[in-house]
Formats: sequence, C-alpha cells, structure tokens
Amino acid sequence: MSTATATIAKSASRKLSLDRRYLPVLGTIIVFLLMLVIGGVRYENFLSPAVISNLFINNAHLIVLATGMTFVILTGGIDLSVGAVLALSSVITATLLQAGVPLILVLPIALLAGSIIGLGMGVMIQYFDVQPFVATLAGMFLARGLCFIFAPESVPIRDEGFIAITNWGLSTGRWRITAAVVIALIVVACAWWILHRTRFGRTVYAVGGGESSATLMGLRVARTKVTVYVISGTCASLGGILFAMFSRSGYALTGVGMELDAIAAVVIGGTLLVGGMGFVLGSVVGVMVLGLIQTIITFEGTLSSWWTKIVIGVLLLIFVILQRILSLRRT
Amino acid sequence: MIASEPQQRPSTADAPEPQATHPVVQMTGISVEFPGVKALDNVDFRLFPGEIHALMGENGAGKSTLIKALTGVNSLSGGSITVNGTSTRFNGPADAREHGISTVYQEVNLCTNLTVAENIMLGNEPRRFGGLDWRSMRRQATVFLKKMGLNIDPGSSLGSHSLAVQQLVAISRAMVVDAKVLILDEPTSSLDTDEVKQLFTVMRQLRQDGVAILFVSHFLDQIYAVSDRITILRNGKLVQERFTRELPQRELVSLMIAGTSDAQVGQAVARNAKEARSENAQPLLQAVGLGRKGAVQPFNLDLYAGEVIGMAGLLGSGRTELARLLYGADKADEGTIELGGAKTKLRTPRQALGHKIAYTSEDRKGEGVVGDLSVAENIILGLQAARGWTRPLPATKASQIVDAYIKALGVRPANPNALLKNLSGGNQQKVLLARWLATAPKLLILDEPTRGIDIGAKTEIMNLVSELAEQGMSVVFISAELEEVLRLSDRIVVMRDHTKVAELPRTDDVDVPRLIEIIATGEETK
Repeated sequence: MSTATATIAKSASRKLSLDRRYLPVLGTIIVFLLMLVIGGVRYENFLSPAVISNLFINNAHLIVLATGMTFVILTGGIDLSVGAVLALSSVITATLLQAGVPLILVLPIALLAGSIIGLGMGVMIQYFDVQPFVATLAGMFLARGLCFIFAPESVPIRDEGFIAITNWGLSTGRWRITAAVVIALIVVACAWWILHRTRFGRTVYAVGGGESSATLMGLRVARTKVTVYVISGTCASLGGILFAMFSRSGYALTGVGMELDAIAAVVIGGTLLVGGMGFVLGSVVGVMVLGLIQTIITFEGTLSSWWTKIVIGVLLLIFVILQRILSLRRT
Repeated sequence: MIASEPQQRPSTADAPEPQATHPVVQMTGISVEFPGVKALDNVDFRLFPGEIHALMGENGAGKSTLIKALTGVNSLSGGSITVNGTSTRFNGPADAREHGISTVYQEVNLCTNLTVAENIMLGNEPRRFGGLDWRSMRRQATVFLKKMGLNIDPGSSLGSHSLAVQQLVAISRAMVVDAKVLILDEPTSSLDTDEVKQLFTVMRQLRQDGVAILFVSHFLDQIYAVSDRITILRNGKLVQERFTRELPQRELVSLMIAGTSDAQVGQAVARNAKEARSENAQPLLQAVGLGRKGAVQPFNLDLYAGEVIGMAGLLGSGRTELARLLYGADKADEGTIELGGAKTKLRTPRQALGHKIAYTSEDRKGEGVVGDLSVAENIILGLQAARGWTRPLPATKASQIVDAYIKALGVRPANPNALLKNLSGGNQQKVLLARWLATAPKLLILDEPTRGIDIGAKTEIMNLVSELAEQGMSVVFISAELEEVLRLSDRIVVMRDHTKVAELPRTDDVDVPRLIEIIATGEETK
C-alpha cells in the first residue's frame, strides 16, 4: 500500500522534473502547432496532405544536417562546415556518376568525404585545442574550395540507378513520402537511439554539461568529442546525397549558408548552445518550423521570400533569450 | 631525515584498530617534483581497510599532491605505491577507479544536466539489446542511494538537488565500482551542520563495511569527530602519522604550522612596541557584526591608523574571507562597515579603492600579477584604475612613480620594462605592493604576502610593512606563519572555523604556543 503511494509520488515527481527538461522542446512544438493553426485559418488547402508531405520532402536534407549538428551542439561545439560539405558530397556524387563510376561505389565515397573532413576537424579541436568555430570555418573553406576543383559548373545526374532511387516513393491518397524522407527519418531514429540508449550518447550530454566533470567521471571525453564531428560530417555528406536526389544535379554553390539554417533549426528546436541539453526530435521540429515559415510566405504570395529570413531571425532571437532565462534560473 | 620520523609512528601492536593488519594502500618514499619545486619529498603514507584517515597540512603542505600521486594525476619522481600488496601506478582517476580507488572532489564533479541515476551508473551501466537499460539503471541506482540514506528519485536531474545530496550522489558513484578506498577531498566545505552529520553517518557505515577512507578537511572538530588516524604533512614532507585519539588538538596544530621560519625571520626587525594609542582615537575602519553566510560568522573589528593587525588561523579558517569582506571583494550579507565614523557600503573593490583601501590577494598568480605586462605597467595599474580611464596618467609622472617604487622596494632587476612573469615570486610581490602603495592607501590589507618567497624578500617586505605603519598607514597582515604575525602585529586576531575567536594586543606573554592553543581549542586558557 505504502509502496504503491510511494511509486505514485515518485512517478509524479519524475514527470515534473522531466517537464523542466522538455520545456524548450515543448515551446518549439507549441510554436509549430500555432503556425499550423494560423496557416490553416488564413489559407485554403494549407493543412492539406500535399503541403505537409512537401514539408518533409523539401527539407529531408536539412533534417539530416540538423541531426548531425545536434550532436555537436550538445557537446557545446559548433560545426560551420556542414553546408559546404553538403555541396562537396553532391558534387562528388554527380561528377563520379557522370564519369561512369558505379553507384554502389559512389555513395560510400561521397559519404566518406564528409566523415574524413569531420574527423580532421574533430582532431584539430580535441588534440590541437583549436576553437570549434575556427576549425570548422577552415573545414568550410576547404570543402567549398574542393567543390570547384571537382566541378566549377553544375553537373546533371543521369545515372539510372540513382534516378530510380530518387523516383521511389510511397503514396496513399495525397500523402507522399520519398526515399530521401525515409532515409532522413531513419537517421533521426538512429540518432535518438544513440543519444539516449548508448554510453556514447550519454557521454555527449555529459561533455556538454561539464567537460572536466565528465573526464573525472572516467568517461571517454576525447573520443566522444572527435566522434561528434565525424557524425556531423557524415550527416552533412548524407545530406548532400539527399540534396543531389532532390535537385538531380551536383553544384558547387549549393548549400551556401545552409549551416546557419541547420544551427537555427537546432536552436529553435530547444537545444542549448552551451551544450548538455536538447533532443534530436526538437531539431526535427525546428526544421519543420523553418519549413513552415517558408510555406506560409509562399502562400501569402505577395511577400518577398526574404521575409523568411526575417521571421527566422526573430524566432531565433526569442528562443535564444528563452534559453538564457532558463539557464539563468538553473544556476 | 625520514629515518627518524617513522619511529614516531604508533606501533599497530597496542592498537585494537584497525582490524586489518595489512594496509590496502602503502605509499613509500613518494617524491613529486614540479619545475623548480619539490612538492612532495620522500613521503610515506598508508591506509588500512576500515579506517577513516585524515590528511592534514597547511597550504602547500602537499595534501592534494599526495592524493594526485596516488590516483595517477601527477607522476612520481621517486617512491612506490602498493595497492592490495601489488605494486601499482595508475594512469589517472579513471584507471585508479577501476582498481577500487575512488575520489570525491571538493567541487562536486558530476554532470548536473544528467539524471541522478546516470551520474551514479554511467560507465558501469546495465545494458539490454546493446543499449542502456534505463529501468534497471534506475533500480540499481536506488540501491546505492538507499545505502547513503537518500530517498530521491533517480530519474530526476542532478542539478535539481542540493550540494549535499550531490556530494552523497558522488559517493554513491564511488561505491558502484565496489571501492576499497574512498578519497574525500574537502567534502564538507560547502555543507551545513546537518548535512555534515549525514555525511559522517555514511562515512562510518562505509568504514564498518571495510572501506578505507582518506579524508581531507580544514575543520579540526570534524577531523576529531570522525577520523581514526591522522597523517600530517608540512612543506611537502611527512611530519607524523598518529592515532587521532592520542593526538591533542593543540599538538596537531603545532605539528601543522610550528617551526617553519623561526630562524629565517630572525633578521626582520621586530616592531617596536607601539605606544598605547590615545583613548579617544577614532578608528579608521569599524566593522560591526559584519558577516557572510558560509564564509565568516559575524564579527566586530576596529582598525586604527598606524596599527598593524595580524590575522592568525589555519588555512580555511576564514582569514581570507574576512579580509575580502573588509575590502568589498565579497558582499557581506549582514553587518555594517563604518569608515571614519560614517556608514559605508563596500560592494566592489573599486569602491574600496575610492576609500583608499587596498588589498593584495593571497592568490598572487590568479588575482594580482599580470604577467605579460611590464613591471612599470603593473605598478601604475592600480593608480590608473583609481583615476579612471578618462584621465590617463602623464608618462613622465608614471615613470617617476615607477622609478621611485622600484628603488624604494628594491625590486630586482630594477628594470621597469621587464615582463613581470620573469621576476621571482618575492619581486612580483614587491611590484604588487608598489601597485597598491602608489594609490596611497590609508588601509592596506596583505593576504599572505610572504608565502612562497625567499627569506631575503620576506624580511624586506616585513620591514616595509613595519615602516608603512610608522608612517601612519593601517595594515592588516595575514600570514600562515605565526612567528611573522607575532613579530609584526600590534594586535592579533585569531580565526578558527570561520569565526573570529580572539583578539589580543601583542604583549610579552603572547607567544606562539598561546596562539596555537587558541587556534586549536578556540578559547584562551590562561
């Protein structure tokens, strides 16, 4: 009897404490739902399956980028190279396919390019004690420069296998899902499992909460910090492949500034920039919020598309200040 | 020299405890060297299962170096470590932990953003299907928490609990690996009385279970309440290992601090006994009921012009904290300060500077010296700060001031453009003094100005303090070395466990043993 009440009290208290940790994510979800409602009230056909499906299809690559970025930001770092790495991987994919290299080889090579750049940046940050900002800025210039070495012009993709994957899709009624969306969602699911169900994932959070504490707890901090940049780099090159599927080409100037969209999505998704707090699912909702802003502005019709940036800027500001208030209250 | 000291150790034959006869940790002839310093010199240390062993010593005695040598943070330049009978060297805390030696640090070194369960279990977490098994992780964590007498939800985040609970969670984490040795490095410094009691209960329970506990604390009462045996270090050397119940507090204190520099400071001029100040003299600064929670109990203190107040007390007794309150470096949460009869609020060092109060920190490196600036720049720093940035000091005047102080204080090399970091500790200290003297303070607070500097510089600085007082400055002089305090002060304030326990004028019958008595027992026995 008494144990039963104790358990009830316990679960109640757990719910309360979890609430606090979920607070930023809840905020994001509320913003997302509000935007859906506003859009649905203002515009006809806004809440249609096609619009929602497109939200995922148009942003699959950004979901993957934001997922990788979440790992990095959770450790308290930042990765500015992801936009350029995305371009590099799309260019590599397109040029290699054009040169007749089989698809089964092209995809791993393109993926590996991102992993290697990530590894290099991770080693610079961890072992040479370079600021993440500087190391990944270097990675960004490197990747962007390499794009032009491979192909200064846009390279179309005509490989049949690749196009077959691109065209693959499931649809029920007007709901539609593409291969890119499936891949993105699998990546998110894997990221969730890694972050919450493995020692590595918890170490990511521990490093963000306090690096020296994590070291003294005997966790593998150095390995973890390098690995998050490898993950982010790999996600970026996977994003590049997805973007190549979306645009059926590889172009050196794709994804300029996309790293900032990814960071914005992660922050709007409730992950603390100082690290240690946040969820991948939040980042996914963050991407959806960015996508919805764009959709709403398209539906509005008369507005310049630059309004997207303005709204993103305002939202970002609000979320960062909210985070500040939350973390101030924590201390 | 070590040869004579181990003989003072009590033989284990006449002691009923500890139950075990073989030490779980035996450190023999341990030496640790840092560039230019011998931090530990041929120190022996042993730890028996089922005992609480206190490690005592003043600042720089080598306590934390010894702990770090044991856990493999610092590498040894000599000596051997035996754990459970086998010779061992650890690569670091994680390695030591795997071999049953866990450390809980003064600052809780856990991740406040993770759950309590994770903080306890991470590294030894239960798994299921290749991933973490959260449910059994929480269940196992609960078992360890129960042992600590904690009834908290393992799923809650660590940051939502008090420091005391976090401390106990840290100990729970230590117990997960079935620790044979638990090192508690000043675990009580941020706990209140009840929390300390709870911690001690846990410690005694662990002792009963055969765990060897190495306990570092600056609170003498706590040492006597909980420890079985005491090892005393001084200046990197082993002084004695004794049973707590056979070692009177007075003797402990004198072993920790006595005999350091008696002969050395001999050259310093003993200050002439001050003629009694006139009855109606106005105090320069009057602290009434000044205190800060967790740092200093409320105290009264009057400071007069031309007087040197010495502050005696052990490390962590609150001497620095008291000085910081006088200077406004920390905010008092009760009591008032009156300057020249008028109530004043000192909230920042800048305000204190405006009132002509100067303070040199005991942390010369961290809070005083700007190593990458030149001697001259360091000297005019304080003066410039007092003038404000809108009124830069004319270059000719600055160099006049700098030259005058370099000469007056005998800074060597007498080169105003030398980078301060390249000067010796004693000369850095002189430059710091010059910085504050240049602001012409009425009250000068010196926190351990003589620590870690050579004898010659020590003597010079003490003579200087003496002269400054003659000229009418009021000086607060804090030192770990009682001889220095006695020699220099007109009045002596004794601190103990964050409380001002005595204030006595220097008379002929005030000597080192009497100060030790007060520091040890908190009261004067006459």
